[in-house]
Amino acid sequence: MTQTCLTFRDLTLGYNSHPAIHHLNGAIRKGSLTAVVGANGSGKSTLMKGIVGVLKPMAGEVIRAPGVRAAYLPQQSELDRSFPARVVDLVSLGLWPKRGMLGRYTQEDREAVSQALMAVGLGGFEKRPIDTLSGGQLQRTLFARVLLQDADLILLDEPFNAVDAKTVGDLIALIKRWHGEERTIMVVVHDLDLVRQNFPETLLLARQPVAWGETRETLKPENLLRARRFHEAWEENAPWCEPDEHAHDHDHHHDGHDHDHHHGAGPRAA
Amino acid sequence: MDALYGLFISPFADFGFMQRALFGSLMLSLGACPIGVFLMLRRMSLSGDAMAHAILPGAAAGFLFYGLEILPMTIGGLIAGIIVALGAGAVSRFTIQREDASMAAFYLISLAIGVLMVSIRGSSVDLMHVLFGTVLALNNEALTLIGGIVAVTLVSLAIFWRALVAECLDPLFLRSVSRMGSPVHFIFLGLVVLNLVGGFQALGTLLSVGLMMLPAAAARFWTARVEPMCALAVLIGFASCIAGLLLSYHASLPSGPAIILSAGVVYFASILFGTRGILRARIVHHRHRTA
Repeated sequence: MTQTCLTFRDLTLGYNSHPAIHHLNGAIRKGSLTAVVGANGSGKSTLMKGIVGVLKPMAGEVIRAPGVRAAYLPQQSELDRSFPARVVDLVSLGLWPKRGMLGRYTQEDREAVSQALMAVGLGGFEKRPIDTLSGGQLQRTLFARVLLQDADLILLDEPFNAVDAKTVGDLIALIKRWHGEERTIMVVVHDLDLVRQNFPETLLLARQPVAWGETRETLKPENLLRARRFHEAWEENAPWCEPDEHAHDHDHHHDGHDHDHHHGAGPRAA
Repeated sequence: MDALYGLFISPFADFGFMQRALFGSLMLSLGACPIGVFLMLRRMSLSGDAMAHAILPGAAAGFLFYGLEILPMTIGGLIAGIIVALGAGAVSRFTIQREDASMAAFYLISLAIGVLMVSIRGSSVDLMHVLFGTVLALNNEALTLIGGIVAVTLVSLAIFWRALVAECLDPLFLRSVSRMGSPVHFIFLGLVVLNLVGGFQALGTLLSVGLMMLPAAAARFWTARVEPMCALAVLIGFASCIAGLLLSYHASLPSGPAIILSAGVVYFASILFGTRGILRARIVHHRHRTA
């Protein structure tokens, strides 16, 4: 049996009592590399926020395996770029899990910061004010911070936005390195070719999982078509989701496409 | 030499009340100026002003019940300030309303209650001293209080520095690695209230926010890092206090406005001549490096 890193139990996440993720069940295997794909509004970012804990579930729960530390690169960071900080100050925040609020940064920490910057191709950028960075450079800086966090579970929400082709290559290499280090990684991506080439597993979302498993299987045309057909807008007067109804709903899924997922890691162990 | 001595030294050397005023206002700068830097960086510059209005009725209430006693007025101001800060902070944290709107709502309610209380009990000349400050009449009690507030402020800043910077720079990140986000915000608001209350005896409730914000706003034009910015704000605060007190002594001006106007002069000078100010940006703009 492989270990699970994350378990979703009947997870419903959303805003103003409207679900963006509806009754999600399933598990993320430890050391897996999963792409999360889906149309706008299909609940990808919401799922990320739910996992990292900045959004509380409306129902159900996300269970993290004990001792698992998460690093999260949000799609829309609340970073204040006008704040007078240098690249090194921003990246050093990634030392928080290690040093906390009061721990002093050591020489070793400072070297780790430089190495993280080097790894994303920003060696020598330490002293640059963050308001002078380009969009792509800032994204790489945030990657360096994730690198420094040294987390077991890494959640990246559209990390390749505004990043040039060469840098995407560098960042993919970094993700693969993490994968090799047995870290669990979930990445929200829009570029399906990129997913097919680099991600062993995929979760296709349309508020509910349309398909979840090996990338080639998941991204079959019929699944993609189904994912595209979901209704993006909220129904203002949608009926309340009752427990009984949802049990039925849940059963339906079991019989359907995500069947193999629920039954463990068998087909996904590749 | 004698003229210089007479101008700059003898007012402080010869008069005890000037020494106290200097000591008190320098201590205030030490705590309030770094707080002002963070208020500015958090885009809450006007929140300080709102908070000062919120403190006013509390201090007035203390005065109405106990007379011109520093302790009841301080405690009254502290209570009013903390209620407003916590209330506004909580509304913005836990509802969709932003802090500017909730702060405005809470301080206006507080101000209205204060005006109501004052009108019920009738007004008094002494009350004007509370509202506009009397730095030249700081007694030992007031100096001790200011000293305590400065100590609490500096120790808190030292402890929560990293969390405070993280909360300003990238609040979502802080929430993802630690639960310190909300506590540090409230601790910070508490420090703002504390320093405004510390300042009202010397500068008045309405002007105490001036010593907080003006040096910080001026320091922003000189440096692009937080630590030097705080240090510079404190220095500007010091200079403003000394200049303001001398101005007040020689020209027989009220001390509070003299101190704040001195800081205002530094602010305008910084806009013009700061390394990140207008003139420098215009001049350097025409030259650039090769890479």
